[in-house]
Amino acid sequence: MKTVKIFFIIFFVFSFNHLKANDDENLKNKITKNLRCLICQGQSVYDSDSEFANSLKTLVDIKIEEGLSENQIYNFFKDKYGEWILYDPKFNKNTYFLWILPLLLFLIGGVLIRKKLKFKN
Amino acid sequence: MKNKILPIAFSLIFIIIFILFYKGLQDTSIYTPKSKIKDKVPVFSVNLFNSDKIISSSELFKSDKFYLLNIWSSWCVPCRKEHPLLMELSLRENIELIGLNYKDKNKNANSFLNELGNPYKEIIFDKEGIYAIEWGAYGVPETFIIYNNMIIEKYIGPLNEQSFNEIKNLIK
Repeated sequence: MKTVKIFFIIFFVFSFNHLKANDDENLKNKITKNLRCLICQGQSVYDSDSEFANSLKTLVDIKIEEGLSENQIYNFFKDKYGEWILYDPKFNKNTYFLWILPLLLFLIGGVLIRKKLKFKN
Repeated sequence: MKNKILPIAFSLIFIIIFILFYKGLQDTSIYTPKSKIKDKVPVFSVNLFNSDKIISSSELFKSDKFYLLNIWSSWCVPCRKEHPLLMELSLRENIELIGLNYKDKNKNANSFLNELGNPYKEIIFDKEGIYAIEWGAYGVPETFIIYNNMIIEKYIGPLNEQSFNEIKNLIK
């Protein structure tokens, strides 16, 4: 019974390997989903079928083939179009509030709950 | 203690949200692309239009001369509108016009040029639209003014009388 258990544990651990997006197509989809289609409204490059988005998709393909990493590709587009093209805003003086606010609200909520529980006890 | 912390927490949250929304009100919701001027000309090699020759960016843009790179396409309606201005600019000796044919069919592009005239000294052929991205372009038409391998001005959308005069002043 024990060997069967160990076998299953090993099996599960290794089956997670398939989740790793090492496939080029998956990587391309991941990258294009994180790029904003600048001439569309509220769409990613992945979702859009505009001329601009299609060119971007082709270029992402080419860059992957050239062997650029995900971050290098993001930086390439950031360099050409500015940070707006990335969906994931980087931590800087314009966005620190955006990043800190949820954390702040979480902490305040936590304090409130603690106080409330203490009061009941 | 409980009585004190609740109002403080709530007013803090209220103030934070108020500041956030107030800031948001003042920001414009329309994104205006950061025009990346004072930038170096991208490095590329690309097919010439109507030929098999491949040309590199350094052969195309020499220093000490003004260049105008115009992204155009036969299917683009505003390109038709700005074309007479480009024809007029092509008569000037101190600027050289380079065309970037964007996602076009050879036949259509040729008939466009036959109909309206060819203002370009060289035309580079961008069938997939990837070289336009190297320039940081959004679509057609778009115009870049280049001097000493630097982009000194950029116009998104068709040229008009105002931008035409600006270009004339730039290359004086």
